[in-house]
Amino acid sequence: MNGVKLSLGIFSGIALLFLSLPLCAQEHFTADTAGRDNWLNEVKIRQVKINKEQTSQTPLQILSGEALQRLNSLSVADAVRFFSGVQLKDYGGVGGLKTINVRSMGTNHTAVFYDGVQLSNAQNGQVDLGKLSLDNMEEIELYNGQKSTILQPARGFASGSSLYLNTALPKFEEGRTFRMKTSLKGGSFGLINPSLLLQKKGGENFYFTLSTEYKRANGRYKFRDRNGEYDTTIVRRNADIESGRFEASVSALLADSSQVTSRFYFYKDQQGVPGSIVSNVYDFSQRQWDRNLFLQTSFRKERGRYRLIASAKYTNDYTRFLDPEYVKDEGLLLNNVFKQQEFYISVANRYSLTSNWGVAFSADYQRNSLDANLERFPYPTRHSLLAALATEIKYSDIEIQGNLLATLVDDHVEQYFSAGKKSELTPTVMASWKPFHDSDFRLRAFYKNIFRMPTFNDLYYTNIGSTFLKPEYATQYDLGFTYIALLDEGALLSQISVQADGYYNVVRDKIVATPSASLFRWEMRNLGRVHISGFDLNTQTGWKFSDQISGNAGITYTYQRAEDVTNPELNYKNQIPYVPIHSGTLTAGCEWRHLGLNYSYIYTGERYNQSANIPANHVQPWYTHDIALRYERSKRYQRYRITGEILNLFNQDFDVVANFPMPGRSYRFTLSYTY
Amino acid sequence: MKYKYRLLIILCALMSFVGACRKDPKPLKEESEELTADPSSVAKGFYLVNEGVSNMNKASVDYLDFRKGLYRRNIYNEANPTVVKGLGDVANDIAVYGSKLYVVVNGSDKVEVMDVNTSKKIAQINILNCRYITFHNGKVYVSAYLGEVGNPNAANGIVAQIDTATLREERRVEVGRQPEEMAVAGEKIYVANSGGYNPSNYERTVSVIDIASFKVLKNIDVAINLHRIKADKYGDLYVTSRGDYYDIPSKLFVIDTRTESIKKSFDIAVSNLAIDDDTAYFYSTEFSYHTGKYTVTYGMLDVRDEQLNGKQFITDGTEAKIMRPYGIAVNPHTKDIFVTDAKDYVSPGELYCFDSTGKRKYSVTTGDIPAHFAFVY
Repeated sequence: MNGVKLSLGIFSGIALLFLSLPLCAQEHFTADTAGRDNWLNEVKIRQVKINKEQTSQTPLQILSGEALQRLNSLSVADAVRFFSGVQLKDYGGVGGLKTINVRSMGTNHTAVFYDGVQLSNAQNGQVDLGKLSLDNMEEIELYNGQKSTILQPARGFASGSSLYLNTALPKFEEGRTFRMKTSLKGGSFGLINPSLLLQKKGGENFYFTLSTEYKRANGRYKFRDRNGEYDTTIVRRNADIESGRFEASVSALLADSSQVTSRFYFYKDQQGVPGSIVSNVYDFSQRQWDRNLFLQTSFRKERGRYRLIASAKYTNDYTRFLDPEYVKDEGLLLNNVFKQQEFYISVANRYSLTSNWGVAFSADYQRNSLDANLERFPYPTRHSLLAALATEIKYSDIEIQGNLLATLVDDHVEQYFSAGKKSELTPTVMASWKPFHDSDFRLRAFYKNIFRMPTFNDLYYTNIGSTFLKPEYATQYDLGFTYIALLDEGALLSQISVQADGYYNVVRDKIVATPSASLFRWEMRNLGRVHISGFDLNTQTGWKFSDQISGNAGITYTYQRAEDVTNPELNYKNQIPYVPIHSGTLTAGCEWRHLGLNYSYIYTGERYNQSANIPANHVQPWYTHDIALRYERSKRYQRYRITGEILNLFNQDFDVVANFPMPGRSYRFTLSYTY
Repeated sequence: MKYKYRLLIILCALMSFVGACRKDPKPLKEESEELTADPSSVAKGFYLVNEGVSNMNKASVDYLDFRKGLYRRNIYNEANPTVVKGLGDVANDIAVYGSKLYVVVNGSDKVEVMDVNTSKKIAQINILNCRYITFHNGKVYVSAYLGEVGNPNAANGIVAQIDTATLREERRVEVGRQPEEMAVAGEKIYVANSGGYNPSNYERTVSVIDIASFKVLKNIDVAINLHRIKADKYGDLYVTSRGDYYDIPSKLFVIDTRTESIKKSFDIAVSNLAIDDDTAYFYSTEFSYHTGKYTVTYGMLDVRDEQLNGKQFITDGTEAKIMRPYGIAVNPHTKDIFVTDAKDYVSPGELYCFDSTGKRKYSVTTGDIPAHFAFVY
């Protein structure tokens, strides 16, 4: 009985809540919105009462440091499930594609930034969060709308929502110049995942970081399929993955106290591509190889009233997909190779006119090209120029920001048709107000109009793409509040923070791909219109039971109505596929001496896997319970940690994406050593 | 302490709200709709198979009972609740032969054999990437894209012969790449080869299989990317070419089976056709990359003298409501014309029935991508 499991889950959740205690790494180094300008400061952990989440004019959710560690996550994808307003599209398993959909606008409306520079994929507009390691990640931030700062690259203004992945900063205790962390993860799916992080301080002003990781899994897991009459258990096959990651970065603090950081990133994998589990088809032979590398440099400078961030990046991605079941011609299997390149430069400037009034101008240029061995492939190159003019004003307890973003996109092709030039001008306005002097209660609101360009696949994929596509627009309205209170010393509940937002989004000219009259052809059209109204809640609490026992508990809840209003004749006002009306998470943890226990619960309500809200498309709710126990010993600078995790504790069978079954109960062990 | 209780109350309220439970899974139920009954109908009714969009495992079978005037939607799951994952993924063809109903399930690499009266499963014949089905003298013939998996040198498709009594595959013969529809004329099977996996080298032939020896006697050169092939009662075959969606347009060809050569060609696009007596009813949804647009047309031609007759089988303006015509059939006794609308391919479709003067008689909601018909007597 699932009901029993649920009640048990709620009970254990609440039981843990009772136990709970001190909390989240609410220690953010500064409330500095422009980034981490003070990041080169030596470690200075302090309890700041107000952090970015409270002051941000756009909704911001952060997972950082210990809170991130506690979430039992292997990849960024596992962690983002704990944000409200988010649906993770997960094809299952260690190697399965995992993309994020924020507030139902669609995956392509979320930009992912890696240390401040966007990870873009001009080919399909999606970033596979399952392939981004959490191993060297210090902090994950999710902004609805955009980061609420005016000093940022123009790209920062250019998406419906933004996910910032910030890697671990070099931090050294007084007198130390070297740090390291090594860990080994293993468990179900034949997972073996060793990693190493080294940080070195050279002289007074140079910092080197090296991070590398290897991951291997056979990906096999049992899943259960049943309809009340039959009940079968099948093993997921061809889900193996082997990957390696290597990153190196160097930072320098120059004489005029400007900073330069350069990073090199290299990732390579090979994996089986498990297809959809349909009647009579339970094994697959498709394979994929990926290789991603980028080199990025950013420069920050501050002089008097002027601040500057300049960045440059080169990206080179390779993907090969092989389908042995698709024999095109004698001796010729389907073997698609895609090569993408990107050059990117950005300059962002901010000038303070008065102490309460700042203006900023940023400009980005980006060149993306795609080479593929497809027939009739146009070989597109896209030049994008983005320029943003922004201002922020503080008046008493009111802060207002606004910006205007100009986007010019020009596509060139070597043959056939190009989508040509497009230009758009899009505004954002945001404000916050702290109405009471003696309470950290803030009201906030934003309006943003933005669009996403059709991707190369949308436009140029042979037999699929259509160069007649227009951009897809998303307009967002948001109104919410944040509240934080630090309670009296000695109180059981030591801290509570709440943020809640209501929102209304309109997505129009939504780019929709539908299979067409033949197996070989799909069609892409600006078909859809979706109205989304929703409510997000994120509450975190810290508890203190005694000097030795502390705890934390958090809850997120999302309500969303995402209605298809494309065609009054077809599925009108039906909830769009895969968006539950209700979803939420509950996390709780407690610490006692060397032991820590964490529990997390994720609930995704009923939803539909196709446009029509009919029984044939109905998908049951799913909810998983994960628990982790860890033991930790520290001795001066050394720290040993052992963690054991049980995921999907009650072995619930579910799919996030129809016919891509998720694993049942699984286990993971982590050994780590920090010096 | 007050905070703690307040918080707990909020949390409990939220969790009970959020935590709606899972129900015990049940096989999907059949649904039915009443239409006008025709108790004197010669045909009992027809099965309509809905392809379902690829990877969704949503192939389904509907049944229209002419005599009771009853439309039964999604009958497979309730009739066969113990079949793991049901009918399967992308049903590409359907046929009734003798007392059995055959459904070719392309994405599930199988031909599902059911009892024609009860729709209960009798057997399953596994054929990789199977496409279309036809019959002759107690044997079933199935075309399939793939002979063997993972062999790059096995590019050709096959036609498999299955015995209708043992329901076992007896013989198979290699034809062109990605074979589609088949038609039987005399003691031969004519197979339309597409070569659709390799647009730079489409196939252009119809393979002629001698049934007795089960060998390909010859390949008739027609045009690129062939799809439909239908026999009329005068010994002619109507073959459609899909063109390349760029510069080579869709066309319709007539092959004379006596000479096994092209007798006539029409510069018109035909996506699908149904021949009844002396008339072929057709529609087309032709796409062009040059315009990015679809052109939907309907038409009729006389198969006796191979002439377009300039008439329309929808005369009341209903065609404006049909988003994507996807299947067509004619009741040989009443001359009613059935056209299915696949809409956006990811929503339940619609079945339209027109009388012989082209007026809409009724329409009814189907499964996803309603496509192929099989009459039951």
